[in-house]
Amino acid sequence: MAMPFLSLRGITKSFSGVQALKNVDFDIEDGEIHCLAGENGCGKSTLVKIIAGAYQPDPGGSIAFSGTSLRHVSAIGAIHHGVGVIYQDLSLFPTLTVAENIAMSQLIAQGKSLVRKRRIHDLATRAVERIGIKLPLDELLGNLSMADQQLVAICRAFTSEVKLLIMDEPTTALTRREVDALFRVILDLKRRGTATLFISHKLDEVFEIAERVTILRDGEKIGTYQPAELDDASLSQLMTGMSPTYEAVEPPDPAGVPLLEIEGLSLPGNFRDISLWLLPGEVLGITGLLGSGRTELALALFGLNPASAGRILRDGRPVRIRSVRDAMGHGIAYVPENRLLQGLVLHQSVAKNLLLTVLRRLRTRFGFTDPERQREQVRQWIEEFKIKVPSPDARIETLSGGNQQRVVLAKWIALGPKVLILDNPTVGIDIAAKSSIHTIIRNLAGLGMGIIIISDEVNELVHTCNRVAVMAKGRMGPVFSGAGVSIQAIARAVAGNHGEMAG
Amino acid sequence: MNTPMSPSPRIKPESEYRDVLALAGILLFTFLVMWALNPVRFLAVNNIKSMAFQLPELGFLSLAMMVTMVTGGINLSIIATANLAGIAAALAMKAAEAGGAGTFGVVAVALLAALAVSALIGLVNGFLVAFVEVSPILATLGMMTLVNGISILVTKGYVISEFPEGFRFVGNGQFLGLPVPILLFAAAALAMGLLLSRTAFGFELYMVGTNPTATRFAGVNNRKILMKTYLLSGVLCGLAAIIMISRFNSAKSDYGASYLLVTVLAAVLGGTSVFGGFGKVLGLILALVTLQLLSSGLNLLQANAFLTRALWGLVLILVMVINHMSESRRAGARS
Amino acid sequence: MKRLFRKSETYLLLVILVFSGVITCVNPSFFSLENLFDLLKSYSFLGILAVGLLVVLISGGIDMSFAAVATVAEYLTALAVMRWHGSIFMAFLIASLIGILLGVGNALLIYRFKIPTVIATIATMNVFYGILIMATGGKWIYALPENFGTFANLRLFTLVGQGGSQYGLSIITVIWLGVILLTAFILRHTITGRGIYAMGGCNADPGPAERAGFNVFRIHLFIYSYMGLLAGVAGVVQALLVQTVAPNSIVGKELNVIAAVILGGAGIAGGTGSVTGTVLGVALLAILGNGLTLMKIPSYWYDILIGGVILVSVTLNALQARKKRSKVIEIEEPAA
Repeated sequence: MAMPFLSLRGITKSFSGVQALKNVDFDIEDGEIHCLAGENGCGKSTLVKIIAGAYQPDPGGSIAFSGTSLRHVSAIGAIHHGVGVIYQDLSLFPTLTVAENIAMSQLIAQGKSLVRKRRIHDLATRAVERIGIKLPLDELLGNLSMADQQLVAICRAFTSEVKLLIMDEPTTALTRREVDALFRVILDLKRRGTATLFISHKLDEVFEIAERVTILRDGEKIGTYQPAELDDASLSQLMTGMSPTYEAVEPPDPAGVPLLEIEGLSLPGNFRDISLWLLPGEVLGITGLLGSGRTELALALFGLNPASAGRILRDGRPVRIRSVRDAMGHGIAYVPENRLLQGLVLHQSVAKNLLLTVLRRLRTRFGFTDPERQREQVRQWIEEFKIKVPSPDARIETLSGGNQQRVVLAKWIALGPKVLILDNPTVGIDIAAKSSIHTIIRNLAGLGMGIIIISDEVNELVHTCNRVAVMAKGRMGPVFSGAGVSIQAIARAVAGNHGEMAG
Repeated sequence: MNTPMSPSPRIKPESEYRDVLALAGILLFTFLVMWALNPVRFLAVNNIKSMAFQLPELGFLSLAMMVTMVTGGINLSIIATANLAGIAAALAMKAAEAGGAGTFGVVAVALLAALAVSALIGLVNGFLVAFVEVSPILATLGMMTLVNGISILVTKGYVISEFPEGFRFVGNGQFLGLPVPILLFAAAALAMGLLLSRTAFGFELYMVGTNPTATRFAGVNNRKILMKTYLLSGVLCGLAAIIMISRFNSAKSDYGASYLLVTVLAAVLGGTSVFGGFGKVLGLILALVTLQLLSSGLNLLQANAFLTRALWGLVLILVMVINHMSESRRAGARS
Repeated sequence: MKRLFRKSETYLLLVILVFSGVITCVNPSFFSLENLFDLLKSYSFLGILAVGLLVVLISGGIDMSFAAVATVAEYLTALAVMRWHGSIFMAFLIASLIGILLGVGNALLIYRFKIPTVIATIATMNVFYGILIMATGGKWIYALPENFGTFANLRLFTLVGQGGSQYGLSIITVIWLGVILLTAFILRHTITGRGIYAMGGCNADPGPAERAGFNVFRIHLFIYSYMGLLAGVAGVVQALLVQTVAPNSIVGKELNVIAAVILGGAGIAGGTGSVTGTVLGVALLAILGNGLTLMKIPSYWYDILIGGVILVSVTLNALQARKKRSKVIEIEEPAA
């Protein structure tokens, strides 16, 4: 029995009193493709940083590479042992060439002060060959696609011998085709003897490529499994420790006038010929891979990305939506995917964020803002939405993810919209907060609001929506509804679509 | 200065609103020190009067600078705008006089000319920043050069002077015992304070300065807000111009070159964040008064004008350093 | 060939050629060798400063204090040389050291206290300049030592023009050329230089650069002390060119230098810009200035022209940047 390439025993790590990792044992075999899964805050990144030598574990644990136990691992030490890490933000330089991005760290580590083009080219070419791909070495990095930039990041790691490549959520910004290409590279690396450890929360990818999955929860290792032993539900259950209890979804009144109808909506390069309808009190889910056009469609309904052809009808009447104000005027609200950048003004207070959309309604006769009414409203919303905050003047950045999302929801619901579009509303939120947001959604639907949820988690959609539509490559695919909708069927539609949709 | 794409880690809010109390304390301290250094002359009526007359034009210019800083930008063209506006007003007055207009007419014409020119410059700045999305530093730097050039072209380097009696009242007269400029500035400061703190426009201004992406997603018309901001900045420069040329009884193309630094200093000292999103008019005023006290005191001590300039630079650096230290202390306590 | 047309330097060159053509039509003496060498000499001052500022802009910052630094260096150097009967070499040495020292001051404020570059350098500009004038009274220095005069007239080779006047490639131009080559080398072939481009492309976030192993502090030190060094050199060049030291002559000309660098393609955001572009930018300014004189257009049109050219240039740049950004999503075109 060969020694595992990497062996961690009893790893514990605390940060000012908070235990990020508790007594974790962890192995990676030579050439293995291993996935590290878990909810936000479970300790995945901490573990990775310890392996990479960026953090030191608390005394008592041990790290061994191929059987050789080490007192402690520094960043340089990790590199010497063949560990290469690619963080989520890639840390590349858009204004340097691809070759320079690949070779620069190596040159700096060698203590060079001069840069010879030949040398950079050689280093870069060798790294690229090690991966077995082709890249335009003299192009400025900023001109490359995200997927290619990721490949450059991988090449950069490969300027030294890499026996273990660690990737943190590598597929977040990639389309299906690009994910396939990345997985081919990972498999190829395996053939050449390099193991891959990747952090992911995308269940379907985990199942597709991982040989083993290690699940962490609250800093503890729950277990290491073969993907065949798991399915969506059990994986989710292990990650969160709970079986999510979903209440039954109320069917909407089929006789009502649709709140929203879309006919043949198109925008070149974004989506084509989209038709759907949404009844009062209905929750419609839209899923599909990145690049399927879901968010682009949502933004078209919200006025940020107006369609060039087709009709939108609100309560049966055609409307023009060419700006956010138009959309708001027609009772359409959108809770964005990127909460921190698009949904909240981080450095301002909770109160100010809540007031942003309805400010103009809370004014005195002369057009001045009314601090009294503002304070009262803010207090009401904080109470109604159970936003946990010491004071309304606390800065948003001090709130937890779940509370922040509540602020965003409150901000939009305050406007009294008829159609609420939520784009990946529960990403990065712990399980308890997730279910409270589901409760809010259910209550809103009960009040007659029409809700569209865009999400990657098919499991979540199946349990919260009346119908689930699948989009692929800018087109609307099958819409699943009724009792007994199976997650597998939807997942298959999402994954298989790129083959079936042609013609 | 606002990065368009991501909430850059550098957009750190300074101490939210520079504690008004702390500012008042600094003001008091400065007052006492200056008084101590000039026991007799500092409190003399003459000195107070001269301070009261000097402050307003700087005040208008500082407001013009502050309002753009709140949106995360900057207006480097304020001095040039004021100068050209002043020149326009001067020329208009000469023409009006020649045409036989009465006092009222002359002042009105001057005001119209100054406001028209400064508003136009403000609109161009606003257009460049809001619609073309040029960085405010570059847009206002370019405008500064262009406007300066126009001033030089129009005046050929000469000074336009000798304005009618009625007009000179604006900058030198007194009303109810108070200097007219102070009254004008007080009115403007009050209006600006209300605008920033009690209107939807003001509210949105602060939010746009902090995160324009989020405001866009919330239905705020960022472009309109930015246009209005730079327009407002321009108009304030025009008002400054009227007071300036009235006080100096002349208009030329290169007054107030050293004012640019002082306006930035007054804004920053008064709690306006250079990254945008924060700042109060009251803070600005306290800072201005403090700087004015400092300036007068140094003047009475016969200090070199250049020493004063160097001092302004040092004070600005000091304020920024203190801001940084207090912010990093707060960030450390948070994590 | 297509690549050539994507570069902004190409367009700049075209504009220069067009302007040159127009001016030559109006006044053929523009295109004489004598005039061109003369321009090269007199614009060396601007040119040296522009190259230094380029380095700062590539890093994503801006320096408003270089004129003040040049003035301080020029003045103190003149005093020193006059007192100690120094050589030209000594003059350059002293000026460089003063420039580097002041530049380090800038670097510390910007790096250690994270003061935005525009604010920090506006402040230091006033500090440097204010202290200088206060200490010296702002007096002009007329009596520069003889070696200044002789040195300024040195040429690499001399030609005789119509009317018997002598002209040629001035040593001052050679100094500028040296600065150009040195800077180009540093920017393209040293780790520090590549680090400057790397930092500049990261939107003021030093994180990626630090993680890659760059010594961000040292790079900051280099950027601002190099600007200071070149400002010092430029100060001496100015003294050589006009044979007097007038403390108020440089401060106020910052905009011309900034204009040249911006025109040359360096953006305010950082990460872009080249020495070639900057030289072309200086050339454009030189041609505009010279053209106005030769075409007998009054000099007060100069600022208007420069301002206009800056605005057009930044507008075009901004529009181009917007087009690049609006490629929001890379969608595979839907089948059928």
